[in-house]
Amino acid sequence: MVTTQAPRPPQAPRDPRATRGPRRPRPPAGTPRTAWLGSTAVMAVLMLAAVYFMLPMVWVLLSATKSPGDLFSTFGLWFSDSPQLGANLSRLMGQDGGAFLRWLGNSLVYSGVGALVAMAMSAACGYALAIYQFRGKELLFATILGGVLMPATVIALPLYFLLNTVGLTGTYWSVLLPSMVSPFGVYLGRIYATSAVPEEVIEAARLDGAGEVRIFLTIASRMMTPALVTIFLFQFVAIWNNYLLPLVMLNDTRTFPVTLGLTLWNSQIQRDPNFYTLVVTGSAVSALFLVGVMVSLQRFWRAGLTAGATKG
Amino acid sequence: MTAAPVARRRGRAQRHGGAAVTLIGPFVLFFLAFFVAPIGYALVDSLFTRRSSGLGLGPPERVFVALDNYVQALSTPVFVESLGRLLLFSVILVPMMVGTALGLALLLESGKARFPRVFRVVFFMPYGVPGVIAALLWGFLYIPATSPVLQGLRGVGIDLTPLSSDTVLFAIANIALWGFAGYNMLILVAALQAVPAELYEAASIDGAGEWQTIWRIKLPLLRPSIILVTVFTIIGTLQLFVEPLILRPLTTAINSDFTPNLAAYNQAFSYGNANLAAAMAVIVAVMAFVASFGFLRLVNRKGNRAW
Repeated sequence: MVTTQAPRPPQAPRDPRATRGPRRPRPPAGTPRTAWLGSTAVMAVLMLAAVYFMLPMVWVLLSATKSPGDLFSTFGLWFSDSPQLGANLSRLMGQDGGAFLRWLGNSLVYSGVGALVAMAMSAACGYALAIYQFRGKELLFATILGGVLMPATVIALPLYFLLNTVGLTGTYWSVLLPSMVSPFGVYLGRIYATSAVPEEVIEAARLDGAGEVRIFLTIASRMMTPALVTIFLFQFVAIWNNYLLPLVMLNDTRTFPVTLGLTLWNSQIQRDPNFYTLVVTGSAVSALFLVGVMVSLQRFWRAGLTAGATKG
Repeated sequence: MTAAPVARRRGRAQRHGGAAVTLIGPFVLFFLAFFVAPIGYALVDSLFTRRSSGLGLGPPERVFVALDNYVQALSTPVFVESLGRLLLFSVILVPMMVGTALGLALLLESGKARFPRVFRVVFFMPYGVPGVIAALLWGFLYIPATSPVLQGLRGVGIDLTPLSSDTVLFAIANIALWGFAGYNMLILVAALQAVPAELYEAASIDGAGEWQTIWRIKLPLLRPSIILVTVFTIIGTLQLFVEPLILRPLTTAINSDFTPNLAAYNQAFSYGNANLAAAMAVIVAVMAFVASFGFLRLVNRKGNRAW
């Protein structure tokens, strides 16, 4: 089937448009009327789906401009008569001594640093698995792949007790260190290195006297750049969206990532309805932030997705 | 770790054992510390219990109780109920997810869609919204006071209560679908775009219609990707934790032990029974493996390869 032993290099660096045109099956000629009907139906379904996927985003962006009262008294999919986005934003930033910005910064540190280290370690490991032969290699690889199948929630609880015995819980490290492991990154790094790093290049570098580690750092890693970016992105989003790990590990609100902070505010809604605007505006800002990052880097996602698709 | 001088597929291996260790070492070390060790810890811890000594004086002692924690977990009605609920949730979500992702991918790649790139971005966008935020947003959309959808439906005489006990699993499944359908769709789109154009041309010359092309060419070639998406979704359902936690204040239909993960979390942090929590976590992990491998075996049996 499509499963090939040596998948083609995942296609991130290529412009996706290059693959379109000729591949796309043209609607069969003849019967123009039914073809036209067909494409209208297709567009209708796609538009409907687009409305569905955008609905919560549109709602939260509009709601971020409303006062707590208007949130309940005005129609959710249109502006209120007295928009107050500026006031909401400044309340968001000022609440609890600027906690929101701190949480956003924490999220950036957890996700940025975690994903960067995860990328370096898993790419090196994947590269070595692709290039070198040693006993137990496939067993090691299979074990790492097993990690992909393990639900993260199952790891988090025992990890808490484990880190508790060494006194790490409650610190930045308790979230940062576990976030640096990306089994999927090893998988992606291996299949990418297998196809994108030519043997001749490595041999030539060896003849020039370069050490093995240096070959990886200066030559191979450059050839693996699209895979590196993809690993980084996947891990960044995974860490940013992970809720359970910081929930069990952290107790000091100053170390919270933004997801944990927002649920903290959400739990105070019953006590003080003003927290509605804080939660809504905070959700809008943090959702918008990551969606922006993702969409602008969208083409890099294709490398990982193509790789996953061919290996199945 | 030594470089074995045999079976060198790519002919590179000799004398580089040191380099291999340097490159592989850091990952393996972290993998052992933060993946393997917790699982080992849970396995061991689930076989013990902490009993306070005699009169309750002195620190509690750790006693080996073999499988008692598992027996206790599986005879706790709320936990067994949560397992059943999770099963039901999978039955609801998996077909919804695979069907939606597949349908959207086929439509986008049918050649009849205009602006496919725009649609791809729009469908993929929710993947970047953390599950917590998605649950918060849909929570607002599930209560009549703030939901324009429910208000609109009420306007035309339809009264929906997504968070009632009959529909709450669908409400949660919808949040998961919203977040991940676009991601899964991209996996399938990537696989569809890898299909060589000649196949379509050949089919067209042979007079295959639209449906025949989908049935005879696209679906068989998408098979590995569909399996991948299904396995990821099964594993995803077993993680169920955040959504019920966030929606819980909004409805009485969600109890504190709604999913096995919530039950384990409560055992560990509310009731201080870490050993029972470990047993529960292991049960969820075993379920993940049984479900994933069971599904893979099912689809890889010879008789089922027809499609």
